[in-house]
Amino acid sequence: MSFWNPADVGYVARTKLADLGQGARLFARLVGPGASSLRRFGLVRDQIHFLGNYSLAIIAVSGLFVGFVLGLQMYYALQRYGSSEALGLLVTLSLVRELGPVVAALLFIGRAGTSLTAEIGLMKSGEQLSAMEMMAVDPVQRILAPRFWAGVITMPLLAAVFSAVAVMGGYVVGVLLLHVDSGAFWGQMQNGVDVWKDVGNGIVKSVVFGFTISFIALLQGFAAQATPEGVSRATTRTVVVASLAVLGLDFLLTAMMFSI
Amino acid sequence: MDSISTELQTPLVEFRDVTFGYGARAILDGVSFSVPRGKVTALMGASGGGKTTVLRLIGGQQRAQRGEVLLDGVDVGGMDVKTLYGARRRMGMLFQFGALFTDMTVFENVAFPLREHTQLPEPLVRDIVLMKLDAVGLRGARDLMPSEVSGGMARRVALARAIALDPDLVMYDEPFAGLDPISLGTAARLIRQLNDTLGLTSVIVSHDLEETFRIADHVIVLANGGIAAQGTPDAVRQSTDPLVNQFVHALPDGPVHFHYPGVSVEDDFGTVHGGRS
Repeated sequence: MSFWNPADVGYVARTKLADLGQGARLFARLVGPGASSLRRFGLVRDQIHFLGNYSLAIIAVSGLFVGFVLGLQMYYALQRYGSSEALGLLVTLSLVRELGPVVAALLFIGRAGTSLTAEIGLMKSGEQLSAMEMMAVDPVQRILAPRFWAGVITMPLLAAVFSAVAVMGGYVVGVLLLHVDSGAFWGQMQNGVDVWKDVGNGIVKSVVFGFTISFIALLQGFAAQATPEGVSRATTRTVVVASLAVLGLDFLLTAMMFSI
Repeated sequence: MDSISTELQTPLVEFRDVTFGYGARAILDGVSFSVPRGKVTALMGASGGGKTTVLRLIGGQQRAQRGEVLLDGVDVGGMDVKTLYGARRRMGMLFQFGALFTDMTVFENVAFPLREHTQLPEPLVRDIVLMKLDAVGLRGARDLMPSEVSGGMARRVALARAIALDPDLVMYDEPFAGLDPISLGTAARLIRQLNDTLGLTSVIVSHDLEETFRIADHVIVLANGGIAAQGTPDAVRQSTDPLVNQFVHALPDGPVHFHYPGVSVEDDFGTVHGGRS
């Protein structure tokens, strides 16, 4: 393999284009017309339960600790300027605008994205997807699409839970431990956080992340080589690609939201 | 009466000059044969000889690069997705290791095609599923998960699932691979029995000579991209073709070589051996 040999460059370009085409086709089948998952909402509901419920513990516990740490760090910075009453505002703003969606998304990749990829990859290597095709049932509509929409719906809910628990964590550290005034903590938060601009931006972000993570995880599983090594490689790729996509998209979204 | 007898005479599946390959390697090269209706047809041949490919071509999961794969006179390769899915509802396929859905019970696995393709009320689904499971002797295993059943049982469940919609054609991909002698005998007997009692047409892909020859009506031996022999099991057994002979009698060397091609022995070890000039 050398990068100056035109034949090799052509080969790489062709395989990458083919991968891209495969991804685009899968995306079109997931979201395009004829997507039957919304007609069979029971399948989506089961997956929301699976993805959401099982991610809830890790999201809540992580949220609590992130809240603790934020409370401590922000207090340290704010009390230098004698404005530690703004702790609630600062903790909440950083959570709903940034940390909530992003950290919840990274945790969601680790907990749900990997399990989606492994599940689809194993179904493929066990010929379950082929068997379904031979039963005249489209595996993309029956297996992938419900998982995709469940991911899109679950991600913002988990991000909201994360932010809420983290705010409680900040309250525990700031008010109960460091004796910031409770009224100021909540009052400044209420005045300073805008539902549309701050909370709304966070929700938009987490919906986009849910879309991205579910799609990447399913694509990696669907395109995985049908061997144990193939499935394990695909799972690793899901974490790497989805994490980078989340962080990259976060910057783009933040930049766009600032300009509005 | 006439139309019925001609329908019985026309083969259910027919390959006409079919060519298929991956990249430059041709797996099937201008192959023609037909699968007679109501019979058990066995496809045999060395590993990588294109047997499973034949099943995938019949099921429309692969398309022939040249030639026609006819199912009841219609080319499978030319079907659009809707027609193809319609055609697949007339087929059942048993995968090598069963390919049961691991997140569903045995019962749910067999009920799956019924639930997807019919609007039958639940009590009727239950009765059909239990009847199909009874036919493979696993009515009592309905509540087990696929991880809790043995390899032989998994294949029987998959068989019950394959016949859930009463197909015309059932395809078996290596139904005997890795089974113990009892499960193997059971599987063979089941295939024959279901074929005769349900009026199916069966296609078996298998390496297992003895078991396959015992239950098949018609044997096709694939080798080197073509058909080396076909006919009744006895006729194939008596074939004088060296390749078929090697296969049927399980000889290590013959037209299919024991040694993987490479440099000659002389080149690797030298022509002069110690102690000899």
